[in-house]
Amino acid sequence: MKGWLVSSVVVNHEVGLHARPSVKLTKLAKGFYCNIEIAGTLTGPWFNAKSIVKVMAVKAGQGTILHLRAKGGDADAALLALSTFVSQDDDGDTSDAAGG
Amino acid sequence: MGTPPMQQAVELRGKAASQGIFTGPVVALGDTAVVFRKAGNPTIERAALNAAIATAVAAIRSLATDNTGDSADILEFQIAMLEDPELRDRALAAIARGSSATAAWWDALEREVSVYANSSEDAFSARAADLRDIRDRVLRALSGEARTYPERGCILLGDDLPPSLFLETDWSQGGAIALRQGSTSSHVAMLARSRSVPMVIGLGPDWPENCKFAIVDGTAGLVLAAPPPELIAAYAARSVAETASRDADGEFLLRPARLQDGRHMDVLVNIVSVEELAQIQPQSCDGIGLVRSEFLFRDGAALPNEEEQYLVYRAMLEWSGDRPVTVRTLDVGGDKPLRGLTTDDGGVLGLRGVSLSLQRPDVFCIQLRALARAAVHGNLKIMLPMVSVVQELEQSAQLLESCVMNLQAEGTACAKPPLGIMVEVPAVAIAPEIFAAAAFFSIGTNDLTQFIMARSRAEVDVPDTVEAVHPALFRLIANVARCGKDNGIPVSLCGELAGNAKYLKQVVAAGITSLSVPPNALARVKATLARI
Repeated sequence: MKGWLVSSVVVNHEVGLHARPSVKLTKLAKGFYCNIEIAGTLTGPWFNAKSIVKVMAVKAGQGTILHLRAKGGDADAALLALSTFVSQDDDGDTSDAAGG
Repeated sequence: MGTPPMQQAVELRGKAASQGIFTGPVVALGDTAVVFRKAGNPTIERAALNAAIATAVAAIRSLATDNTGDSADILEFQIAMLEDPELRDRALAAIARGSSATAAWWDALEREVSVYANSSEDAFSARAADLRDIRDRVLRALSGEARTYPERGCILLGDDLPPSLFLETDWSQGGAIALRQGSTSSHVAMLARSRSVPMVIGLGPDWPENCKFAIVDGTAGLVLAAPPPELIAAYAARSVAETASRDADGEFLLRPARLQDGRHMDVLVNIVSVEELAQIQPQSCDGIGLVRSEFLFRDGAALPNEEEQYLVYRAMLEWSGDRPVTVRTLDVGGDKPLRGLTTDDGGVLGLRGVSLSLQRPDVFCIQLRALARAAVHGNLKIMLPMVSVVQELEQSAQLLESCVMNLQAEGTACAKPPLGIMVEVPAVAIAPEIFAAAAFFSIGTNDLTQFIMARSRAEVDVPDTVEAVHPALFRLIANVARCGKDNGIPVSLCGELAGNAKYLKQVVAAGITSLSVPPNALARVKATLARI
């Protein structure tokens, strides 16, 4: 566990269940040199955030908590960028706005 | 009149995945016949697999250039999966152990497909079709065979349909999709809805043998295999009528809503952001009946300050002109968590809505001040969510009063908007007269239904549940409407029920004269009201 920076965020994005946000997340992750992993629970298993296959496997649905960890030179910036992305809910999705 | 001998029509019930009716010839999609290569030496097999993946990616890329929006997103997802070393490396490892490229790729993907297909979450299991799609595309590239395309204007029948086949099919002459399995949340279903291709899923294995002609009713979720001529004629008439009714609904959009007897109904619109207003014609509604302000408070980001909120509310009021704009104060907690403000305790029964705002007067006052300042620019009303006891209304009124006094003391232009409440807690719907100090009542049927039924919103959204609850729900709606009439308090209805054409007659019968609905429901609701 040594050297990992960890951050936990509430998923507002439909990461994991939906294809488009997962693709965006991996693209974002690939922009950093450090190792980045994500998990549904702090005890793991941890998955490579740069792999679409792995990101989909986390099955992080909206409203759940996603844990992110990063290790390497730009770990700080990577964690900030990824947690901001995951906590956003404005992916330009135009789902029907129901009332009440 | 003599009837020619005919095949017996078979009705297959499934689930509606995309609306509309189509009658035509059936094309059965065959299973992928995999021609397994004999394993050559690992170097050759590795090169073959890499080349096949590259071919598949190139083919999808060229398809992507012809498509935009959802279609392009789906194709981009497929490319990302194909380019992910995760899948490729699994296959390459098998090749190193002596597998053929075909067997190695098949096994690697099959393992992944089964994980998805067995998931209980629909959104997740629907991705299995995407994986099979890329699996088969690479296998075709390996065997060098070309895909055969169905003719135009056909009903495609299969277990499931790969999204790329949908995108490569020419739908210009119409067509439909009938699936034995499938999912309403699959990519194909999404595409079918966006292109108005009728689609029914979950038909099961009982397709009659040799049936080459059928009617797909994507509205009712059924398929009529081998239909007799009378049935074909009846469906043709219905199809024409449905198209006409969609066009006819559009005529009502810009007119004031009236019932058949000429009585006026107010129909307002629900919005979540100021950006949405650009898509809505101001003449199409009687104002904004519900601004769900919690969407201004995005989780993770800083809470918007007074000035930011003021500018948003002001823009909405300027769009609306003289017509009312009802802003619901922050409604978070329960199923709508907000970091730094809400706690997880208690689920939907936890601290939420106005009671949460009252515990955090620092946050609440910022919103009330922004609203009081915006109020000078139009016809603004403030609505409190999740009110359950009268003290919440009284305390909120006092806070609003003090915010207005402070603003006046600072010399800032402001006004005190009327303060009303959401009626969504059963206690309030049962005894609304206790809340007679409210300037208006707005019934929120989504939460009200959930609390009456003691079921989560997700379950209440199932139409059958609404069906089951309606006597109790409509009795409460009528109770609130009557109380409003007796005490001179305006009552409106802003839940999902208001936008549902099926229940409008009962809503009107319960004494409701004002509705607030999602923008895309405006035309349909007005058209439906005109027939009541």
